[in-house]
Amino acid sequence: MSIAAASNVAFGLLIVAFLLAFARLVRGPSLPDRVVALDLMATLAVGFIATYALATGEPLYVDLALVLALVAFLGTVAFAHYIEKGGRSWRRT
Amino acid sequence: MAENLSALAMLIGAGFMLIAALGVLRFPDLFMRLHASTKSATLGVGFLMVAAALEFQTLTIVARAAAVVVFLFLTAPVGAHVLGRAAYFARVPLWEGTLSDELHGHYDPATHALAGPEAPPAPEPDDPDDA
Repeated sequence: MSIAAASNVAFGLLIVAFLLAFARLVRGPSLPDRVVALDLMATLAVGFIATYALATGEPLYVDLALVLALVAFLGTVAFAHYIEKGGRSWRRT
Repeated sequence: MAENLSALAMLIGAGFMLIAALGVLRFPDLFMRLHASTKSATLGVGFLMVAAALEFQTLTIVARAAAVVVFLFLTAPVGAHVLGRAAYFARVPLWEGTLSDELHGHYDPATHALAGPEAPPAPEPDDPDDA
């Protein structure tokens, strides 16, 4: 199977995965659930960029995946810090 | 050959990421969703980076792909643990079918330090003769 055909299929799978993660982001029900969905969407974006690098044959996009992976981790840890220190019940999101 | 392997790794990786998103949508409580998101999505990114390394096959790209994989394998468990800990303190409800919560009563709700039945006893009050 060629890279072009496989990347088209992979794009389809990743888009469906984005939609499912977005559904969890909308439904919640608690703030940590939404953070999990956002974290998953960031990881999906890393994979999406890698697939895009393969589809276009442009290896520089792998650098972007690396940077996004770094930033996504910081975002998750920051959200977790504020959830833990916030002192709010999960219902009042 | 490398192109076929790269295409196969790309499809497997995208499939794992789709399974991760399905788990995040369908699992009944936060901690199961963390389980799906952390393990499956990290493995999916790993496969996609293997696909990129197989396709480009230059030293710089292979090194960057390996860096992404190593970094994600280091940070995904840490991020999931930090978020799960925060959610436990925020009293996110467990699934109603949960059989046991072994952490229950072992955390001091004010200081978030380990405490409770198995914690060491409080230090003895000072001997009045020392004062």
